[in-house]
Amino acid sequence: MNALFVITGLGIFSLLAEFGNLKKWLTGFVVAGLAAAVVLAALDWNTAVPYFSHMLVFDNLALAFTALISILTIIWFWLSADYFTTGTHRTDRTSLIVFAVVGAVIMASFNNMAMLFLGIEILSMSLYVLAGSRKDSLSSTEAAFKYFLMGSFATGFLLFGIALVYGATGSFHLHTIAATLTANPSGLPSFFYAGVLMMLIGLAFKISAVPFHFWAPDVYSGSPTTITAFMSTVVKVAAIAAFVRLFSTCFLVVEPTWSKVLQVIAVLTLVIPNVTAVYQNNVKRMLAYSSVGHVGYILLAFIASPSETGTIFYYLTTYSVSSLAAFSVLHLVEGNSEEVTISYFNGLFKRNAWLAVTITIAMLSLAGIPPLAGFFGKYMVFAQAIRNGYTGMVIVAVITSLIGVYYYFKVIIAMYFNESTTPPVIELRASHKTLLFVLIALTFALGLFPDMIMSLFQA
Amino acid sequence: MLTLLLIFFPLAAALLLFVFRPQNAKVVALIAALIELIISLVIVTQFDKTGAPQFSIDIPWITSLGLSLSVAIDGISLLLVLLTTVLVPFIILSSFSHTYEKPSTFYGLILTMQMALVGVFVARDGLLFYLFWEVALIPIYFICLIWGGEDRGRITFKFFVYTLAGSLFMLVGLVYLYFQTPGSHTFAIQALYEAGRSLSATEQSLLFWALFVAFAIKMPVFPFHTWQPDTYTVSPVQGTMLLSGIMLKMGIYGVIRWLIPVVPGGVAQWGMTAVIISVIGIIYASCIAIVQKDFKRLIAYSSIAHVGLISAGIFTLSAIGIQGAMIQMLSHGIIVFALFYIIEIIFDRTKTRTLSELGGIRNVAPILTTVFVITMLGSVALPFTSGFVGEFLLINAVFQYQAALGAIAGVTIILGAVYMLRTFQKSMSGETNNRTSSFVDLTGQEKLVLYPIVILIILIGVYPTPLLEISESAVNTLLHSITEVTASAN
Repeated sequence: MNALFVITGLGIFSLLAEFGNLKKWLTGFVVAGLAAAVVLAALDWNTAVPYFSHMLVFDNLALAFTALISILTIIWFWLSADYFTTGTHRTDRTSLIVFAVVGAVIMASFNNMAMLFLGIEILSMSLYVLAGSRKDSLSSTEAAFKYFLMGSFATGFLLFGIALVYGATGSFHLHTIAATLTANPSGLPSFFYAGVLMMLIGLAFKISAVPFHFWAPDVYSGSPTTITAFMSTVVKVAAIAAFVRLFSTCFLVVEPTWSKVLQVIAVLTLVIPNVTAVYQNNVKRMLAYSSVGHVGYILLAFIASPSETGTIFYYLTTYSVSSLAAFSVLHLVEGNSEEVTISYFNGLFKRNAWLAVTITIAMLSLAGIPPLAGFFGKYMVFAQAIRNGYTGMVIVAVITSLIGVYYYFKVIIAMYFNESTTPPVIELRASHKTLLFVLIALTFALGLFPDMIMSLFQA
Repeated sequence: MLTLLLIFFPLAAALLLFVFRPQNAKVVALIAALIELIISLVIVTQFDKTGAPQFSIDIPWITSLGLSLSVAIDGISLLLVLLTTVLVPFIILSSFSHTYEKPSTFYGLILTMQMALVGVFVARDGLLFYLFWEVALIPIYFICLIWGGEDRGRITFKFFVYTLAGSLFMLVGLVYLYFQTPGSHTFAIQALYEAGRSLSATEQSLLFWALFVAFAIKMPVFPFHTWQPDTYTVSPVQGTMLLSGIMLKMGIYGVIRWLIPVVPGGVAQWGMTAVIISVIGIIYASCIAIVQKDFKRLIAYSSIAHVGLISAGIFTLSAIGIQGAMIQMLSHGIIVFALFYIIEIIFDRTKTRTLSELGGIRNVAPILTTVFVITMLGSVALPFTSGFVGEFLLINAVFQYQAALGAIAGVTIILGAVYMLRTFQKSMSGETNNRTSSFVDLTGQEKLVLYPIVILIILIGVYPTPLLEISESAVNTLLHSITEVTASAN
């Protein structure tokens, strides 16, 4: 909870920083505050204190997600430093990002449907604006508009679902709902189940699961690259956290209602984006589809065993770190161009070996090649699914990850094989080099020592 | 401790390379490879030939996955470790006359590859074995992709996907075995052996294929070989040497260590099939080798033929077959290294590998010709060369297993003589032409690489006993354990 207070404080401070000469210290201050939030989350470990008459509960899962979200945001501030230095709206942008993080933390710790809704809205409102923050760009504006329309649509579903569930159980509290469900195994009116499915659809929009993913490629490729990086890591983590929290605690009792639907969604999410990504020539779009595809693996782990959240958390961590590495390189390679095709990466190894090596490692990790983090993430998901008898889905997932190898390697082959058509050598600043080094080191460390994360979830 | 040093020293050296200036990278890499050779020789001197797996280390690593850093060396491992540590310094030395772009990365990848290869040969944990197996693929892929020849993007990608798909089958097989182990599950080799042997016949044969496909692709055995000729041809020569000299031995080692003892029932059921497709591969590859125009491609096909014989010998499940395979792996490793190096020397001087454009090198380069003759005789298994010992044992084993198959496999020696002598004729004898007339004989550095290899070829041929003794007890233990299982099953 203290972490949430600190982050909210940072958001308000960012708004006020326009007064006085605080602007140039702002980013540093926010990063320090987020680091403090990580420490505070760690201090609360194993307490599981409920706040505001059980509106929020900071149990270990919530704290782990809070820490992950804060750490990812710190790294994100590092990679997108120039997003704040160029242009005028420095304080506005910072505060929007920080408020998005507030929403994300609430989504990871809600214990009440109203808080879930609030968290999603706080997060989404900030993002609608950020997606359109490159005002002179047509695609950015389009992305913001599309995101807003689709987001409101999803929120509509979610709200309707919440209302129906409330109508049937008479409560917003997750534990009360769960208790009502256990007490009446057959006695709930049928609109309750409709409500559960509507909430499933609403959240499927938010985690961009197929067939509710259509907004994602357009929004991801239209937004400024740094915002895309934020959306595909921090926002994705928060959305998955909310999804897992809702369905593994509250609706676990009525698993038969949603499990078949979710299985279909998971298989579609594995197959369609991975196949579509093969045909993308725009790297940002390819990464967008890849990011949708990764949701499929997470859903697979969730279906196999909803209560084993460790695997999902580990997978999300590895995915986010690798994605941040990929987006950092993309951001540094793209310069001022709006559309980065694979040919931008031609001969990158000779132009700048640092960038080439970093994105190679990121791609290998996302493709699930050992001994990198992504391999262990996938391995744990597959092992968990096999253990629970979902061998058929694992076969599908293995095939889609082989397809993944194909499109990730298109970038790698371009960097080392194709001759460069855009010759300029890219110069890196020391801070960027350090960032890339940290991300490479994290990708290796998470892979070689997954127990660092997994031991958090062993009771 | 010595085993860990043996595995991770090359990795440390690879990272250290980036501290030095790029132009010094090759020297530093050579020194590192020589130190690694010394470490392996120290292990040889302390090795007890009669004993069980030695120098063992077992540290829990990822407990949530049941993975531990469990390594040990027995006779079979030791011979392959020796092959690796002996060949890598020569491979590095052979590159000295060539200047590669980004040398630190190039030599760093070679040393990383060495780490993974040694790791594969000493791993005693199923998942650890798989990890090293995959890690070995990454450096060689980049060596071929960055420094390879024309059309390498497509060819190396085929190579990568082919071997990756194969190893995914293996991973699925290993994970399946893992869930069969008792208690909280483990990947320890002994537990996997027991789990595998307790399975039903159907499960064993499914598992046999899951593992066999991975190993067969790596070796490669017909019909899983289609990636190999292109990849060997397009790779830079050091990459080809690593692939053919050492990496394909991973597949053979995998069969010996992770297939035969794990699913003896499956092997009993499908062993004959494996021997037959291996023998088909021998004849098929030899015939294709005869009509090759490109020197490097010819040796690539001859490599498929030789590996086919090794694979056939192993699946006879006899002591001479496996012992023959051990010695033939070493012999093939050094001979194929020397052949590819000679091809590179010829290519360097004449800018061609097409046999019909060569000729008459004998008249201008007698030393190179002599070296080539000895290597060639080793390759066609003439007595008193290393090739003879291995092929003799292997053909003998196949013959005892099934006389007709033995006879067919024996044809490999004749076919081998045909394509190698044809090669000699086309390249070395005849009249010199404008490409070969100004051919310079071996330089000092090239002699430094080739003379020791030639000596090794003859030495192993004349006196193979010490090497055979190293692996003897390990091979016997292996065969003993599986005959016990099949005996108790009957």
